[in-house]
Amino acid sequence: MSLETFAAGFLDIALDVSFAILGFAFLATLLRIYRGPTLPDRVIGLDMLTAIAIGFIAVIGIDTGYTLYVDIAIALGLVGFLATVAFARFILARGGGDDEEKAS
Amino acid sequence: MAGAIILILAALLSLTGSIFVAIAAIGLLRLPDLYTRMHAASKAGTVGSGMMLIALALVSAGSAEALRAIAAVLFFILTAPISAHLLAKAAHAAGYRLWPGSVLNEMPALDVAPMPPDAGDGMVGSPDAQESDGGAAAPHGAPPQIAPRGAA
Repeated sequence: MSLETFAAGFLDIALDVSFAILGFAFLATLLRIYRGPTLPDRVIGLDMLTAIAIGFIAVIGIDTGYTLYVDIAIALGLVGFLATVAFARFILARGGGDDEEKAS
Repeated sequence: MAGAIILILAALLSLTGSIFVAIAAIGLLRLPDLYTRMHAASKAGTVGSGMMLIALALVSAGSAEALRAIAAVLFFILTAPISAHLLAKAAHAAGYRLWPGSVLNEMPALDVAPMPPDAGDGMVGSPDAQESDGGAAAPHGAPPQIAPRGAA
């Protein structure tokens, strides 16, 4: 077995395993968003979801050679950053904290 | 030969990146409070997706996509700490308490948001402020009331 065939097969296996692990991470983050006792927990979960989506885009790009989505990854990172900043401003303006979460 | 080595390197990078992202997700699930979860998500998550984008840049080396992937990595490294810091500061100012097992809270309560009246003596919560979602138990047994707030 030459080095080239080994490299191609290893890359295939590694990409499949990466897909599985990313799917697990996606589900775990969704579970945190569902349970997340407070609003900032859910905001962190959404931030994490954009990171996982960018990872998916990168792995899909390696797997299929269809790298058009890299632009979308950059836009997704920008939107995720702006959304987190806006949510931080909203949390700061809303105030309340733990007591309000318990009262509601 | 060189192409094969680059493929193997890309495979290793994508594997390690996805493992980093999985560690970040596990930390998001298992860690006890907002601030420790933020620590897991922003650091390990950024490293994970950055490694996968670098793997993509290696595979498509020489094309415009490689440059875009590198630019995306730089952008994430630039923005992830800012957003995490901003969110942590906003949550702290809004009165979200630290986990009772935390040993140090050097940041005094800010005056930007209305504070709950019983949070005046530091943000170290009472035992009933503990998370109710079955998080990890306090490592020191009963959490001591350490409130080293400010310089006092």
